[in-house]
Amino acid sequence: MFGLIGGTGAVGVAAGVAGAKATTGDAGHDGSHSQVVGFFGDHQAGIATPAQDRLHFAAFDLSPVASREALVELLTEWTNAALKMTAGQDVGTGAVTGDPSAPPDDTGEALGLAAAKLTVTIGFGASLFTDAHGNDRFGIAGRRPEQLADLPAFAGDALKAEISGGDLCVQACADDPQVAVHAIRNLARIARGTASVRYSQLGFGRTSSTTVSQETPRNMMGFKDGTANLKADDTDSMNQHVWVQDGDGPDWMTGGSYLVSRRIRMLIEPWDSTPLTEQERVIGRTKGAGAPIGRTKEFDPVDLDAQGSDGAPLIDLKSHVRLAHPTTNNGATLLRRGYSFTDGTDDLGRLDAGLFFLAYQRDPRTQFVTIQNSLAGNANDVLNEYIQHVSSGLFACPPGVKAGEYVGQALFT
Amino acid sequence: MPEALSKTFTAAGLLAALVVSGCSSGSSTGSSTEAGADGPITVDAGDTNCDVSTTQIAAGQHTFSVTNSAGQVTEVYVYADGDRIMGEVENIGPALKRELIVDLPAGTYQVACKPGMVGNGNRTALTVTGATPSAATLDENLSNAVDDYKKYVNSEAAALVDTTKTFTDAIDAGDMDKVKAAYPAARLHYERIEPIAESFGDLDPLIDMRIDDATDGTTFTGFHALEQLIYEKDTLKGTSDLAQQLDTNVEKLQTVIKDVDFTPLVMGNGAKSLLDEVAKSKVTGEEERYSRIDLVDFAGNVDGARYVYTALRPALQEKDPALVKTLDERFPALVDLLETHRAKEGEAGYVTGSPYVSYDDLSKDDVKALAIEVDAISEPLGQISGVVSGK
Repeated sequence: MFGLIGGTGAVGVAAGVAGAKATTGDAGHDGSHSQVVGFFGDHQAGIATPAQDRLHFAAFDLSPVASREALVELLTEWTNAALKMTAGQDVGTGAVTGDPSAPPDDTGEALGLAAAKLTVTIGFGASLFTDAHGNDRFGIAGRRPEQLADLPAFAGDALKAEISGGDLCVQACADDPQVAVHAIRNLARIARGTASVRYSQLGFGRTSSTTVSQETPRNMMGFKDGTANLKADDTDSMNQHVWVQDGDGPDWMTGGSYLVSRRIRMLIEPWDSTPLTEQERVIGRTKGAGAPIGRTKEFDPVDLDAQGSDGAPLIDLKSHVRLAHPTTNNGATLLRRGYSFTDGTDDLGRLDAGLFFLAYQRDPRTQFVTIQNSLAGNANDVLNEYIQHVSSGLFACPPGVKAGEYVGQALFT
Repeated sequence: MPEALSKTFTAAGLLAALVVSGCSSGSSTGSSTEAGADGPITVDAGDTNCDVSTTQIAAGQHTFSVTNSAGQVTEVYVYADGDRIMGEVENIGPALKRELIVDLPAGTYQVACKPGMVGNGNRTALTVTGATPSAATLDENLSNAVDDYKKYVNSEAAALVDTTKTFTDAIDAGDMDKVKAAYPAARLHYERIEPIAESFGDLDPLIDMRIDDATDGTTFTGFHALEQLIYEKDTLKGTSDLAQQLDTNVEKLQTVIKDVDFTPLVMGNGAKSLLDEVAKSKVTGEEERYSRIDLVDFAGNVDGARYVYTALRPALQEKDPALVKTLDERFPALVDLLETHRAKEGEAGYVTGSPYVSYDDLSKDDVKALAIEVDAISEPLGQISGVVSGK
């Protein structure tokens, strides 16, 4: 368990991670290699790798008494555990293979399940560098990237502090919800005494395709979402819009990416009682095919200048597609990787559903912030009548790791 | 002294220094004189001080003469390294004097005075020099731990009987103020030994059942039935029989507990079970739903678990020093956090007889912070059984 295994500092870390490396090629619980997304690489998995079907996202806060050493030890233990879980293996000495007189290292609900393409992506919030009182708790304030600037307040935001922010985030995605939940549960357990869960969010039904081979899924509004998303197969676009490049900021982030998370509640009941033509006007696409208004196929180009016979723009001036489009936002675009959520119903019996928006980018200041400023507020995106942003997070996700390293190591060395 | 041991003592010394400087003035660490094994040592236990007449003593048996100069009930502990209890005297009323007799081998100790009988207390370091008995073997460590714990459980059971009697006497006298003042103290002693009491499946429900347990054919009785009448219904009507039954049942408990065979495994499991209780019914405010003194129960459970840990600590130190290091950090962290929720009479959130605020006075963030610390300590605590049961 955390705190009971030795190995603080880089030397112990290297040994610990390297020791686990030998297992990465092994088959998962079901013996299937195809279910495993590789853990090591230039970039963390879970960004450009194909979006899985399920999400468990969690934000963590460090304990007020946690030291820099404890933080490094946590990241080391998380790296080791993530390496094993993404390979479809148990954490530590396993769920049923350890000392029977001790609590098992692994919680066990993933026993017998495939790796299910599990990815674990770790990010650092601004408060890890400088806390709410301006303290540099871990001696890293000077290495905070400019890109990790607090997001401005956007018109219409209804953010709840308790489900926003966080010192650390973990995005666990898998094709099996139980595998994703198992990952967060075990990482939270490892963190006890050092960090605790601030909030977490379950998601289903990826709302974006991140590769050309994936079909565009529908969100809870019934519309295809993410048609014009960046595609991970497009290396040039990825380097231009998603991966932090050499010279962008501090070296430790080169090869990483910035994640913006927003829990966007959809006002389902009003939306459902809105006529189809109005729904399509609001979005700017047809509901069936997902084609731009006035066109017939999903991937037909969005022509913002197209006019109907009456001379009015086919794609409404306040439609979501227009205001979110790169041409409206100085070319700004995002790699979206969000998930739908439905957390039962609220106190009024209304479906508590929407989109847990997740988007990766090279610089939030010129990407997410630019786009959201274009969308936010009653005077802008007409979709705002049917949605509300209730949580917000911004995280610096460091580059991928090699065997013998822990996630974010360059920030601490 | 072996190197590892001397390191531990150094760390304990630093901790002591921190604790002392963290408290207000009065903790005398300097100007001490050497005393022989025979001289009585006086302890002045005040609100903010814990003055010991001599802080350098010879190994052997010592009598501490404790005077409570604080404005409230106090208790005094003599702690060895890692807060292992060498001796304790509890329930010393204001201006009262009590004696505490302790066998102290050479080593570094702390005398802790705890006004209000909660928290880490005000502390004064004590150095004992002279002939040191040879280091105990692991088996001796474990059998000492079992003996220690048996004494603790029996003394808590006796205190439970006494404090319950105070509570029920007040009920008989019809004095609602005294009833409310006495209730928390009785609860504290029960909660400290809760897992042991629970091993008596017929007795525990009669003492500690909730209204939800009183389903068809079961009558709601015990502490919480009284709690409901007193705090929710604000009446002593109908309490007399319940009070009498409660007295009988805690006395029965005291009797049967004398025959319990304790083992390190029972102790380890009991400690974990105490923290599980905290997580399940104290952090949630479930247990004391009418009186809202859930933090008293919380403290009782933590006390009980900590006693197990400190008794087993010498054995754990040999088998799993990393576990000891973790628990040495996390117990004080939990206690310190609990301490931030103390309230005296007249202060916001005060509940008669309780050193802690009402559960209703805790914010959502307060409760979350407590839950986080409880989870943090539960993980290493769950390891104790495996380590001491010797794989």
